[in-house]
Amino acid sequence: MDIKVNGPEPTAAEREAVDAVLGAPVSAWSGGKRDLGKEGRIALLGGNEARAQRHLLLPTLHGVQDRFGWLPPGALAYLSNRLTIPPAEVHGVATFYHLFTQEGGAPNHVHVCDDIACRHKGGLELLQQLNQQHSGSKTVEVHPSPCLGLCERAPAALVLRSGKVAQGCALGHATVGTVGNALQPDTFPDEGTDWLQSAVPQGGDPKANLALLARVGHCDPASLDDYRATGGYIALKRAIELGGEKTISEVTASGMVGRGGAAFPTGRKWDAVAKATDSTRYVVCNADESEPGTFKDRVVMEGDPFALVEGMTIAGVAVGAKKGFLYIRGEYPLAIRRMQGAIDSAHKANLLGERILGSENSFHIEIRRGAGAYICGEETALFNSIEGLRGEPRNKPPFPVQHGLFNKPTVINNVETLINIPLILREGGTTIGGLGTQGSKGRKLFCVSGHVARPGVYEYVFGISLRQLIEQAGGVPHGRPIQAVLLGGAAGAFVGPGQLDVPLTFEGTRAIGATLGSGVVMVFDDTVDLGDTLGRIAAFFRDESCGQCVPCRVGTTRQEELVQRLRHGKPLGTAADETALLDEIGQVMRDASICGLGHTASSALQSAIKLFGPGILSGKLAEKNHV
Amino acid sequence: MSEPFREPEMWFHAPPRPTRIPLAPVKEAKPPINLTVDGQAVTVPDGATLLDACKAKGIDTPTVCFHPNFTPVNVCRSCVVELDGSRTLVPSCSRKAEAGMLVKTDSERVKTSRKMVLEFLASSVDLSTAPELQARCKEYGANPSRYGQPEPAHAAGERDSRCAGHHHIPTGEQAQRVAQPVKVDNTLYVRDYSKCVLCYKCVQACGDEAQNTFAIAVAGRGFDARISTENAVPLTDSACVYCGNCIGVCPTGALMFKSEHDMREAGTWDESQQKQTDTICGYCGVGCTLTLHVQEDKIVKVTSPADIDITHGNLCIKGRFGFEGINNR
Repeated sequence: MDIKVNGPEPTAAEREAVDAVLGAPVSAWSGGKRDLGKEGRIALLGGNEARAQRHLLLPTLHGVQDRFGWLPPGALAYLSNRLTIPPAEVHGVATFYHLFTQEGGAPNHVHVCDDIACRHKGGLELLQQLNQQHSGSKTVEVHPSPCLGLCERAPAALVLRSGKVAQGCALGHATVGTVGNALQPDTFPDEGTDWLQSAVPQGGDPKANLALLARVGHCDPASLDDYRATGGYIALKRAIELGGEKTISEVTASGMVGRGGAAFPTGRKWDAVAKATDSTRYVVCNADESEPGTFKDRVVMEGDPFALVEGMTIAGVAVGAKKGFLYIRGEYPLAIRRMQGAIDSAHKANLLGERILGSENSFHIEIRRGAGAYICGEETALFNSIEGLRGEPRNKPPFPVQHGLFNKPTVINNVETLINIPLILREGGTTIGGLGTQGSKGRKLFCVSGHVARPGVYEYVFGISLRQLIEQAGGVPHGRPIQAVLLGGAAGAFVGPGQLDVPLTFEGTRAIGATLGSGVVMVFDDTVDLGDTLGRIAAFFRDESCGQCVPCRVGTTRQEELVQRLRHGKPLGTAADETALLDEIGQVMRDASICGLGHTASSALQSAIKLFGPGILSGKLAEKNHV
Repeated sequence: MSEPFREPEMWFHAPPRPTRIPLAPVKEAKPPINLTVDGQAVTVPDGATLLDACKAKGIDTPTVCFHPNFTPVNVCRSCVVELDGSRTLVPSCSRKAEAGMLVKTDSERVKTSRKMVLEFLASSVDLSTAPELQARCKEYGANPSRYGQPEPAHAAGERDSRCAGHHHIPTGEQAQRVAQPVKVDNTLYVRDYSKCVLCYKCVQACGDEAQNTFAIAVAGRGFDARISTENAVPLTDSACVYCGNCIGVCPTGALMFKSEHDMREAGTWDESQQKQTDTICGYCGVGCTLTLHVQEDKIVKVTSPADIDITHGNLCIKGRFGFEGINNR
């Protein structure tokens, strides 16, 4: 492709930042000097070869953002040339993600969570204080952020320092002081494992009988020996002995369904990919956990990274894939560091790479870092993001098992699904399949946050009720009554205090019109202004819609306007008119949107209005109860 | 005396030349597909879409982002139909017909979705130069005024500089729109993004579906998504080659000949007074079909029919814009 790049000449530093990711240019075709002696009249790295590099766009944009704290036009022009991507498309991709900064500014960025869990726990105040402290600053820019996945330690902040060695760290229980400390170079306040123990309140309790979370906070996440000493890599050995077909039968026998929210049978997904005619296949782990209130995948990756590496490797062995991608959201710097460490250690021990454990199987894992886009957690949007396109979901069918990443058959699973795999192979598919209820087999992680005494990730065999789970988490502090519980995150639904006996299973939640989703259980006591929470949820979907299809692009916007009208007590017509309009907006988004974001964008709102009536938006109820 | 030359024994015989060029092996034609649309049996060839099936039965289906020459992007969702067994409605423009499908195009669900999509577009985009879409709004009973008064237009460049992430929370009293000043940065065509429905067709035409120039792409996210050159630079600083193929596919008049734009501004544009004449472009030997739109004996714009094999509706800068010489008499 002959592209025209008009951008400014890159500076030496801009060139260096791009070359640090891509290596030095090999030919004039890719932005280097033309060496007639070396390349004659044939362009080295031209044509198809050049276009096949498109998937390096996102990592390169990260490289530039990390170096300068923003994306200088010279660097973008240079990387357009290097990757043979038209500059307009580079601009289109760069403006898609909110962790990329378009305008030149401060080298350091602080993202403060003001989402539904943090805003009731000091997130808004922290944001205001930091904004005041750094107003007019040339070194620090403060941004409000959607959920940072640290809900058990609200309020949360993410500090990203640019420079030759870019550093990021996420802070729980953030204060102006800890954020200030984290802005100092070479500080990593998120390292360590102490807080992991509080993230898993059941940890160390033998009665809890933890299987998925047993190691979190109690094993060194950097130590492969610790992992192997606690039952690690037995499952991979067994999978290699069994071979692909029998491994998949084990998974099928366990009744495992996807834990990302859609609950698709994992065995069936793997089987379809294993039987695909195309022999190039991929395994993708979806660790772009961005659903407000969800943090289980982060806790697992930070506390037990080898389990995920083993789960992905077994998936690769089972379906005959040689390559796996682990797509982690950019807001999780510690998870990215720990997963990279685990992958490197596994490589050294021949548990990854060529001829794993002396067998015929080869498997490699590459980490891809998201850059701030909730929509990239949608599986096909995630593929587009890896491929260097805008993270816009694709229309289905075709499904990923036929045409997935790079148009090849692809297994894509959530982190929680994949860490169940070693367990299934160690204990046997039928054993795991015997746990739980009729429609929900095995174990489930729950992200409990909001007004509970001990927020964190909880693990239970399917069957526990919502009331029991909240009691296990210590109940509501100060004995206050529960106003509502949000199940399944912003894309889920509110349930009222009268519905606390719902069993937390797929069929149980479905029966009351709610969803288990990603396992979010966010408790709101009677002091919370739910109208404010609903306003934030509406704003969240307006921010995170990719803008591709009309129902979602305009629908989320109109929905937010409607919520704000009711909040300000200025409805168009009566409140009943507005509710009817919301129903219509919700219906077109649910029926006609391309992907799950649009399908679920109004479900939490509609469930709350069904429970409490449109008056909930005005916030008068909470004022009365506020202490 | 040397040995007399003897021809070596032949051991290789080239196969006889084929009398004609060998044909590719014949692919066995797949059997046609039988399905049911609105209770009527329809038979379509393999590979046909539900939209084709609707067309075969003469069922009129609204489309905005669909273009017969391009790969369907299925983003406008105005062609959705109800498919038995599918949780959501499906876009008929891209969904392939399968044997035994039961399709409904006139159910309440379909009508509501189409009405809402049209309402969403009409309440956020200026459809004044899109008569077909206006007619569809009427047909489906769309009422764009029920989202409140339209907000005032944005300042030039304001929407181009919006970043992904948190936005300014609206009061909801005014309906948000994409309204903004027209971009006039060259003498050939203008871009009025107040009228842009984001159908992606111009990006496809500029990209690998037609022109392979890649001067424009979709940028931003959500309601702030927009068609943009790199860093929103003027066209003159972009990779644009002024082929005008994006104008040819724009369904709303957001992309428009400067000549048409100026006449509309002056109030002299009158389609009822225009004649369309097909001719062959004389600039080179390709032989592209041109349709000259003539008003008061002056060429006011040039198009090419989308169903002509030579052009598929595409032209180059000379064929599309090189008509001023004729007007200078």
